[in-house]
Amino acid sequence: MLTIDRTTYDGIIAHARRDHPDEACGVVAGPEGSDRPERLVEMVNAAGSPTFYEFDSTDLLRLYREMDDRDEEPVVVYHSHTATEAYPSRTDIGLAQEPNAHYVLVSTREHGNNDGPVEFRSYRIVDGTVTEEEVAVVDALPPRP
Amino acid sequence: MAIEVRIPTILRTYTGGEKAVQAEGASLTALIEDLEAHHPGLKDRLVEDKNGSDELRRFVNVYVNDEDVRFIGGLGAELSDGDQVVVLPAVAGG
Repeated sequence: MLTIDRTTYDGIIAHARRDHPDEACGVVAGPEGSDRPERLVEMVNAAGSPTFYEFDSTDLLRLYREMDDRDEEPVVVYHSHTATEAYPSRTDIGLAQEPNAHYVLVSTREHGNNDGPVEFRSYRIVDGTVTEEEVAVVDALPPRP
Repeated sequence: MAIEVRIPTILRTYTGGEKAVQAEGASLTALIEDLEAHHPGLKDRLVEDKNGSDELRRFVNVYVNDEDVRFIGGLGAELSDGDQVVVLPAVAGG
């Protein structure tokens, strides 16, 4: 199950709406091993495409160095689909390389840049196997242990 | 000659869970051969055969001292003692 706070959840959806019709992408970092998505980091889609996303290689290094310095990992890796449902594409499955991450997919196909419900779903993708999981949106994450 | 190589989570199965390993080589190609000798299987995750010659996999990024090797000679990139190499899988999809 993915437990995520309302502000971060809304932030991901706002990013997806803003970048529609191109795919939006980013991560939510959190302390290593904590499974707590705490810090939303919007990334630029270097592909600038409605059907593909890729973090720019320089941005990617900067992001991982920053997470390393803060003892964080990518708890959530998110991107949007802008014309199809919020389910991992064959490409998404083939390229998923963060076995510990929750892969969040949002779909802006219904309302594009406008307000309205957005499909928000989460998956584990390990060795080519996709497992959907429940998403719990909470007002705030519980205090750190 | 020692070069630190940072290993991403998904490839740590080849390094016994280590986040960083030491390796040697005057070029990235030589370094990858040395990595393969100590951590069998790693090379295939970094490099693929394209028309009979090795090429870096499209969705693997390798950096030498923070420079993407694609801009400094790819697998032919020269290395020196004390360099730091970082391997990061691309974050990408469709």
